[in-house]
Amino acid sequence: MTGNIIEIVSILAAAIAVSFGAIGPALAEGRAVAAAMDAIARQPEAAGTLSRTLFVGLAMIETMAIYTLVIALLVLFANPLAG
Amino acid sequence: MDSPLTLEPLFHIGPVPITAPVVVTWAILVGLAVFAAVSTRHLKLTPGKVQTVLELFVTTVDGQIRDTMQRDPAPFRALIGTIFLFVLVANWSALLPGIEPPTAHLETDAALALVVFIATIVYGIAARGMKGYLGTFAEPSWVMIPLNLVEQITRTFSLVVRLFGNVMSGVFVVGIVLSLAGLFVPIPLMALDLLTGAVQAYIFAVLAIVFIGAAAGESPGRPTSEQGETSS
Repeated sequence: MTGNIIEIVSILAAAIAVSFGAIGPALAEGRAVAAAMDAIARQPEAAGTLSRTLFVGLAMIETMAIYTLVIALLVLFANPLAG
Repeated sequence: MDSPLTLEPLFHIGPVPITAPVVVTWAILVGLAVFAAVSTRHLKLTPGKVQTVLELFVTTVDGQIRDTMQRDPAPFRALIGTIFLFVLVANWSALLPGIEPPTAHLETDAALALVVFIATIVYGIAARGMKGYLGTFAEPSWVMIPLNLVEQITRTFSLVVRLFGNVMSGVFVVGIVLSLAGLFVPIPLMALDLLTGAVQAYIFAVLAIVFIGAAAGESPGRPTSEQGETSS
């Protein structure tokens, strides 16, 4: 029964981790894209440089969400408590 | 569903279990080495198609290193270029059916990050001397020593988890979608994976440049060209 409880809690923990961990990066990506759009609207000739930097920045921000995904998968598949 | 964190050995060489990512890594290494050897055997002054692409690649890598480090790119070109090419090919090896990219497993990424970690120390000592390199940990004051030590570990760790998480999540999502819906639905996701793979390879290489550049310092370095051995 104890293992069962740990599994249930693990699944809940994974879901909560991903859902709340996605909030911050989502807001950050929105702000980044908005700022890049603004910059491209002001300076269309710099669009190439801007979008390249934007992609790299987005990947960096997205990594934060990926961290929580890794934690969730650790909890689900490699949980040290579940035995 | 299979766990993305565990691996089943394919076969054993003596007591050493060999897993699928190791075999794919070997194949990529051999492929890259053969490609490099064949395509650079007859270099001409007026380049053909392949040589033009290679020269473009080398020039781009050189430009990135020069922009980021403000140094002569020659000592770092081999290491950074190899890291970028390997990670890119490894990420894109998912294109071949039945092959899972080796970077989707923690061990490959840990090995790559370890190479970067050791290269940071080696280039740092080579550029500043042992005393000078250890002195950088006490900048701007000795209070920062624990923080700088922790930073060395955490940034290497985040290098591992960043590459692993991005590639693995791509593989994972495609697997889930494939088990839910049939033939053509995962194709956009796989296209997104290609973009992610290229961007992650670029980021990994750029971060390696940044770390090594920070360890080696801003000063225009002595021409040190025989340190490429540490990179392999």
